[in-house]
Amino acid sequence: MTAAIEIRDLAKSFTLHNQGGIRLSVLDGFDLEVHEGECVALHGPSGIGKSTVLRCIYANYRTDRGRILVRHRDGSVDMASAHPREVLAVRGETIGYVSQFLRVVPRVAAEDVVAEPLRSRGANREGAAKAARGMLQCLNIPAALHRLAPATFSGGEQQRVNLARVFVADYPVLLLDEPTASLDRENREVAVGLIRAAVGRGAAVVGIFHDSQVRDAVANRTVQLSAMREAA
Amino acid sequence: MQPDAVPPLLSARGVTKFYDGILGCRDVSFEIWPGEVLGVVGESGSGKTTLLHCISARLEPTAGTVEYMTRHDGPADIYRISEPARRLLMRTDWGFVHQNPREGLRMGVSAGANIGERLMAVGARHYGNIRHAATDWLDKVEMDTGRMDDLPITFSGGMQQRLQIARNLVTAPRIVFMDEPTGGLDVSVQARLLDLLRGLVSDLGLAAVIVTHDLAVARLLSHRLLVMRRGEVVESGLTDQVLDDPQHPYSQLLVSSVIHP
Repeated sequence: MTAAIEIRDLAKSFTLHNQGGIRLSVLDGFDLEVHEGECVALHGPSGIGKSTVLRCIYANYRTDRGRILVRHRDGSVDMASAHPREVLAVRGETIGYVSQFLRVVPRVAAEDVVAEPLRSRGANREGAAKAARGMLQCLNIPAALHRLAPATFSGGEQQRVNLARVFVADYPVLLLDEPTASLDRENREVAVGLIRAAVGRGAAVVGIFHDSQVRDAVANRTVQLSAMREAA
Repeated sequence: MQPDAVPPLLSARGVTKFYDGILGCRDVSFEIWPGEVLGVVGESGSGKTTLLHCISARLEPTAGTVEYMTRHDGPADIYRISEPARRLLMRTDWGFVHQNPREGLRMGVSAGANIGERLMAVGARHYGNIRHAATDWLDKVEMDTGRMDDLPITFSGGMQQRLQIARNLVTAPRIVFMDEPTGGLDVSVQARLLDLLRGLVSDLGLAAVIVTHDLAVARLLSHRLLVMRRGEVVESGLTDQVLDDPQHPYSQLLVSSVIHP
């Protein structure tokens, strides 16, 4: 396997049992290859399945059919069929995922939230905390906020915490779901800088960027998703 | 990567419990590995607590087996080992945190004695060491060590719950069973306890089985989930898989019924 991510013949539908058993087919026969040092932008109208692709790769969505091979350590793991423990191992070391929402234990300080990916890889407390503070600083979260829980932060600040906790660790694969949606111009530029740096060190990135300036600044390639949704 | 290179700590196979013909739980199978937190969710009466009691040697199942990887003698069926061996496991390797802390504490003796008692049960005799361990654990669960000699009856519900957790963890168990550990607490106390539990589980490499009807608690604490309904597991998987992409009609109903503040 040469690609960092290789998706073959992916199909994903949703059956809404409590709404008359409606079946929504979102992806059917979707293929994608992403190599290291490449940033691919998924493009298409709202509801077309862009986030679904990211979630299938991260495996918080299950799949109906197909393979999602992600290069992990010296081999590759099919996220569509991997054992839950294997999925967690891939997420811990290989895949960083910036979702649109920050979900954290209520009382935990921003700095600890950001340090967590490093801690779970075995970094010592002080080193992880220092790196976390540095990354928060880089995303313009003032030091006075580092020991506070992000639940009290503004939407833009929360998203920056979300970015910080992924970019603090050098994940080989990054999934970015509208990472700059609620950022102001200055922080958008910081985020663009972080993404470009990640691609520069060889990360394989798949992202959804509604902001065309951001997309043009980070993406090497755009993949258009076309409609295939049908109710059955 | 070989996920099964490490053997599971606990394996439940076909665990079934009937109470005089009434179904408690039926044909539940799962495995849990060291350092892993398994959440069990479902509405009241779905069999969650029955299952928890069956897998923690508190209630013998009508059918099925529960196998535990002992420290020295390999896997053992917890209902086939001798009574003293089972008692020893329950006092040392396992913890059980009840929803109501009064069930897990001795209300007539001090906080310090509640913690020390479990240590003495495994042979600790040196008063100074026991008292030192008790102080240390009160501190770990963020309680005022000055309250060491007070009776639990004088504590708030949240403090009693933290004391119960300290009492369970002082013997360095390998697996902890928890029944609605944040159940009767107000939300601010619940948040503190969640943070505490998560920290303890990840720092100590504990395995835990947590029964809860609160999906937010399950999301934050557990790696994997079992969804139970009418005594049976209707869905299982990674926590975010089950909550973000539920497959079974009942799981879909559970997830869509949550009110997000």
